[in-house]
Amino acid sequence: MPPKIQLTGVHKSFGPKVVLDGIDLSVARGESVVVIGGSGTGKSVMLKCILGLLRPETGSIKVDGEEVVGLSSRQREPVMRKFGMLFQGGALFDSLKVWENVAFGLIQGQKMERAKARDIAIEKLAQVGLAASSGDLFPSELSGGMQKRVSLARAIATSPDIIFFDEPTTGLDPIMADVINSLIVKCCKEVGATALSITHDMASARKIADRIAMLYKGRLIWVGPAKDIDHSGNEYVDQFIHGREDGPISMELRA
Amino acid sequence: MTDFLATVGRVFLAFLAHTGRLSAFTATAVSHVVRPPFYPRLIMREMIEIGYFSLPVVGLTAVFTGMVLALQSYSGFSRFAAEGAVATVVVLSVTRELAPVLAGLMVAGRIGASMAAEIGTMRVTEQIDALTTLSTNPFKYLVAPRILAGTLMLPFLVLIADIIGVFGGYIVGVYKLGFNSSTYIARTWEYLMPLDVISGLVKAAVFGFLITLMGCYNGYYSKGGAQGVGAATTNAVVSAAIMILVFNYMITAMFFGK
Repeated sequence: MPPKIQLTGVHKSFGPKVVLDGIDLSVARGESVVVIGGSGTGKSVMLKCILGLLRPETGSIKVDGEEVVGLSSRQREPVMRKFGMLFQGGALFDSLKVWENVAFGLIQGQKMERAKARDIAIEKLAQVGLAASSGDLFPSELSGGMQKRVSLARAIATSPDIIFFDEPTTGLDPIMADVINSLIVKCCKEVGATALSITHDMASARKIADRIAMLYKGRLIWVGPAKDIDHSGNEYVDQFIHGREDGPISMELRA
Repeated sequence: MTDFLATVGRVFLAFLAHTGRLSAFTATAVSHVVRPPFYPRLIMREMIEIGYFSLPVVGLTAVFTGMVLALQSYSGFSRFAAEGAVATVVVLSVTRELAPVLAGLMVAGRIGASMAAEIGTMRVTEQIDALTTLSTNPFKYLVAPRILAGTLMLPFLVLIADIIGVFGGYIVGVYKLGFNSSTYIARTWEYLMPLDVISGLVKAAVFGFLITLMGCYNGYYSKGGAQGVGAATTNAVVSAAIMILVFNYMITAMFFGK
């Protein structure tokens, strides 16, 4: 069986700035892989390449063994149906109510009836610990933690095969972050989804990852099981996970 | 000297890139207007937003334009004893020129700005990316309904503005300048031809397309947070206003040019 997601030699640059410099990564069915790395190392760009929001210059990205680089927007539609995505800022539609946000993929993507989609949305909201009454609020009326939960509910509403998490815990207090991490683990188990996350929060990475990969200067410099992260033997990884200022990674303060 | 040439070259290349991107955006947008799936709810919402909620501002613009036009042409034309032409001047100016252009400019300020701001904010908060991941084409969902609604509703607004503008001229003509009511109305109809009104409505449709296109385009490609959205809003209004004036001349030349 082919891996769920396979990246081979993916390059992406913006003008003269090389962001991804040959990424090779494979994610097996049902596995949860977390990519760690500092800000600006290209984590989000990698996700956007897989999603097709950005197009890599060279390299291949396969989903279920099928090449997705260079597909037209129409050919991409069946691929997009396999995906769910939790955006860093939530990216909830502020003109729609909470339940309409959660049901969006069902109503617009799958043409489900509104009443039926609403029932599913309420059910998904319950799964992330939100009461049915919150469904009639607008996103701006919710706290940051609740917005993340709604966003998670939206990501899992269509029962996708593959869920992407873009810095799921950024901007949350430690307790809410742990709640979200637990929900991510629980939701992925329940729908049997493959997960690919990017984060720089090590507590989050340890909790949700089966395998961890570290991105540095456009390359994956270490990939291994989550339990091996503390004795990776890689000084870059050691510096990152302990959050030390001194080490081989020097912060480029002047971009 | 080389610096100067390099700057000129850069500006020129940026202009070409911009033109190319706008053309591609326009082609994609139009192709999504005519291909299913359609979103009737969204089209309806935009039609109400553009058509209904612009009525007060367009109506006020039209009534005062008609009034001032009657006053100005009366005092101007009295110099060569042509006061009798006031009704004709008002109805021709309003239907051919002033109603479409002024309504277009007012709607550009109202609708173009709000579209650019809304879509631009959706861009910088990743809501447009979120649409894509939810199997919804942002062109289909955001751009096509707005462009379709703008193109359909502007002629409706301009037709209303025609009537209100002519009425404004009538008020001033009859109650201030002392024309006989039935003579004024007869004069209004006497030289009016269907083409006068039709050309104005064609203009309106083109302006509606341009306003919504520039609003969506500038919003869609806005970047960099609040400042980027602000710049997108300004660009949407300014570019729409300039395009309205340019296309106004070209359409006039098409209809009435020799």
